[in-house]
Amino acid sequence: MRWLALIPLLLLVPLSTRAEEVVLGLSSDKVSITTSFDGSDLLIFGAVKREAPIVEDPPIEVVITVSGPFEPVMVRRKDRRAGIWVNTDAVEVDLAPSFYAVASSGPLDEVLSATENLRHNVTINRAIRLVGAPPSITDAYNFTEALVRIRTRSDLYQRLEGAVAVDEHTLFRTSISMPANLTEGSYVTRIFLTRSGNVVSQYETLIDVQKVGLERWIFELSREQPMVYGLLSLFIAVAAGWGASAGFALLRR
Amino acid sequence: MQVYLPIAEVSVNAFLILGLGGLVGVLSGMFGVGGGFLATPMLFFIGIPPAVAVATQANQIVASSVSGLLAHFRRRTVDFRMGTVLLVGGLVGSGSGIYIFNYMKSLGQVDLLVQLSYVVFLGIVGALMFVESLNAIRRAKKVGPQPRRDRRHKSWIYAMPVKMRFRTSGLYISVIPPLLVGGLVGVLSAIMGVGGGFVMVPAMIYLLNMPTKVVVGTSLFQITFVAAFTTMLHATTNYTVDAVLALLLLVGGVVGAQFGTQIGLRLKAEQLRILLASLVLAVCGKLALDLLLKPAEIYSLNPVLN
Repeated sequence: MRWLALIPLLLLVPLSTRAEEVVLGLSSDKVSITTSFDGSDLLIFGAVKREAPIVEDPPIEVVITVSGPFEPVMVRRKDRRAGIWVNTDAVEVDLAPSFYAVASSGPLDEVLSATENLRHNVTINRAIRLVGAPPSITDAYNFTEALVRIRTRSDLYQRLEGAVAVDEHTLFRTSISMPANLTEGSYVTRIFLTRSGNVVSQYETLIDVQKVGLERWIFELSREQPMVYGLLSLFIAVAAGWGASAGFALLRR
Repeated sequence: MQVYLPIAEVSVNAFLILGLGGLVGVLSGMFGVGGGFLATPMLFFIGIPPAVAVATQANQIVASSVSGLLAHFRRRTVDFRMGTVLLVGGLVGSGSGIYIFNYMKSLGQVDLLVQLSYVVFLGIVGALMFVESLNAIRRAKKVGPQPRRDRRHKSWIYAMPVKMRFRTSGLYISVIPPLLVGGLVGVLSAIMGVGGGFVMVPAMIYLLNMPTKVVVGTSLFQITFVAAFTTMLHATTNYTVDAVLALLLLVGGVVGAQFGTQIGLRLKAEQLRILLASLVLAVCGKLALDLLLKPAEIYSLNPVLN
């Protein structure tokens, strides 16, 4: 009988999440890495679509995450051995995003409850996956902390609290600047609408980050025809060396 | 002007790289060293991944060495026979160097290997050259008859078998010492991403007793071919040669090498050596400090290759 009582609740859940939906715009769904690429500003904007009148209290909040491809990373720690600093301990972090930005319309722990963060893996510490460290290492958390610290310093991990502007409880927009050293791949962009810390709606889309033109050609040649690529590099080197030598010999005459 | 490097996957200032290439080129022309011992650490410093820096540097060394080699070739200051013997040793050494490099990489100690190699070799070579050059300058200042060239080293070098005549250098010695010197230089080029001229030039002067005049041209001859071999090894196994980075470095480098050759011809051999020695010791000191002082960040990230 208890199960029957749950049915109306179960029916209500999808209905309530449907009540407010995200309509999204992106400045572009593609980031092209060209020869002059020096990072990219990604503009994410959108609107909340509703069938019902606006509920102003509690206000609607927006959390946006952009995540690069996940890869394993080896984190090494140096220690002093015989007077010099050498790598001693190492922990392999099984999966960590190559890029990760979280933008929110207010302080993150206010607009998103801890439970929802656990469920949707929103913050960077939730996005990193460490399955098991070697038994000799008792402080594995120091290694994941170091990973976040180092990548935050080079702008690969960003926590942008208050960076999402929400107008009239309906329109929202934010700008995320991506650094130049991006990894190629599909970047997952997630948008969460929250009310009192609970996710009421979510939306997901992909942004392709890709080398184009000459960059693409060089990269592919180096992987698919390494022998040709190596010989080409050598040819350019020898030609440049010979050209300069011949040029200077002419100049001196 | 920012340029995105396709293999290194970072964006760099083109003029910074051009300037770095030019500086390396001047050194290459002046001393007959590839300049890699200076350029490779500087590429690390501006954020190029070490694997890409080492491999691309090999390609850049080819360009600046060819440029300098041709200048010496016109002046007939290349001992091709000696160069070929050094080269045979160099190719074998380079192959074994890559093997050692990959083994240390699997242990996670490749950075330490590279840094320690730099400190040890630059320290020994720099100190030896510095003391020798100072003595040479002091001797030159003394009045009276100059002492004849030191024949001490020649005794055991001359006692070795498999002798060969090197006409350009005016030597009749065993091929074993030049083979060993070439081999050592090959190992260093694979491990440290350098041409190895900073080891080979002193070895040719002090160990093989070659005339200083042909030393620079002959070492450039060996470096050109060993670096070309190393470039091919890196391009086909690690895919770490960045053509755009190499092009920027070599445009600066080939121009610099021509100026360097001119400067080198105007300076006295002792002055040249004492300058090179000071430079080698300065780089060595910087790297030694990095190993001895506590780094600002004791953690480092490395990609996991499957």
